[in-house]
Amino acid sequence: MTNAAGLPTTGQEVIDLLHEVKDPEVPVIDVVELGIVRSAEVEGDRVLVKVTPTYSGCPATQVIEREIRGALERRGFKDITIKMVYNPPWTTDWIAADAREKLRAYGIAPPGPTSGGTELVSLGRPTRSVACPYCGSSNTTTESQFGSTACKSIHFCRACQQPFEHFKAI
Amino acid sequence: MSTPLFEYLLRLGDDRLILGHRNAEWCGHGPILEEDIAVANIALDQTGEAQLLLNLAGQVEGQGRDADQLAYWRDETQFRNLQMLELPRGDFGFTMVRQFLFSAHAHFVLEHLAKCPHDDLAGIAAKALKENRYHLRHSSEWVVRLGDGTEESHRRIQAALEELWPWTVELFFEDAVDAALKAEGIAPNQADIKPKWEAMTAEVLTRATVEPPKGPMRMVGGRKGRHTEHLGHLLAEMQIVARSHPGASW
Repeated sequence: MTNAAGLPTTGQEVIDLLHEVKDPEVPVIDVVELGIVRSAEVEGDRVLVKVTPTYSGCPATQVIEREIRGALERRGFKDITIKMVYNPPWTTDWIAADAREKLRAYGIAPPGPTSGGTELVSLGRPTRSVACPYCGSSNTTTESQFGSTACKSIHFCRACQQPFEHFKAI
Repeated sequence: MSTPLFEYLLRLGDDRLILGHRNAEWCGHGPILEEDIAVANIALDQTGEAQLLLNLAGQVEGQGRDADQLAYWRDETQFRNLQMLELPRGDFGFTMVRQFLFSAHAHFVLEHLAKCPHDDLAGIAAKALKENRYHLRHSSEWVVRLGDGTEESHRRIQAALEELWPWTVELFFEDAVDAALKAEGIAPNQADIKPKWEAMTAEVLTRATVEPPKGPMRMVGGRKGRHTEHLGHLLAEMQIVARSHPGASW
């Protein structure tokens, strides 16, 4: 649906439009698939989009906000408000199912469920092994819980001898 | 006029800003590449949490100050962080012991705040709780690995613990600010947190084969703006660019 000015009239249409905004650090998935676009409301040429950041210190947040604004401006909206909402906090459980497969194909092991295996202090208890995104083997080791971006950890596959990253379940 | 909620948010925010700054000093100096990245990631989380908390503090205050103004334009006596967090970063063992002692306490505080009736604070705390879980696991693993490691690594973890332990008394400091926020159901009761923190630290330190010192505890004062000689030096470095070029953007 579009109104007289040719603009989308429902929040869902605005959300569909935002599929064109990719995650700047993981460009195979977009901000809607990532689950950070929580809602959109439209009234004429005014639009309000609510966004929940991934990590508190994620430097991509500002870039994403700017790119969402740019996409809405290009579509013709005049009065754009992007509101950061912090409650409830973002979780990797909000990442869409098909986006997980895109991550894997890109070489990043997708996040598992956030429940379970979460002792506060591990004391050397074995952690869940992450399946290699290249060969599928679960004969992998965790090299570090912290990787090239806040959302990823570093692993090594013993089967195919490849280092790889994992989108941490959080 | 400073309200209890503004003061309380400064305390939470300043803890993370100052510890985040100390941890960020490891960037480019980590003992191995993975740890360089890990400590920088932890610093990034903490600085991000500080930004959210200080922005909220600024909103609560209603004087138009944001996180940048609070971080860069306050002087030493206006900072409300724990003194333990401003101490120089020391060696890698010292950094890990401090992170562990702080994160173990932060876990129980954030767990409470994530369910508190202040919606924005609850959301920030729920996110920080997840991030802190990684900091806690990471630091506790290193405390055990180094404490129960070589003679030299054991000696260093034991020495770090002896220096840091007396400062931990301040983790449980409470005053009228806490009383006011406890009455609103926001702040946790430190007396409830203390036994949980003691149990968690005892479990890890025992596994690490190190022992807290039995000597006297330190004075407290960070929450009231009284600091060690180290904070002024830290702030000089942290604030110099913002103060030399007021209002600059890049």
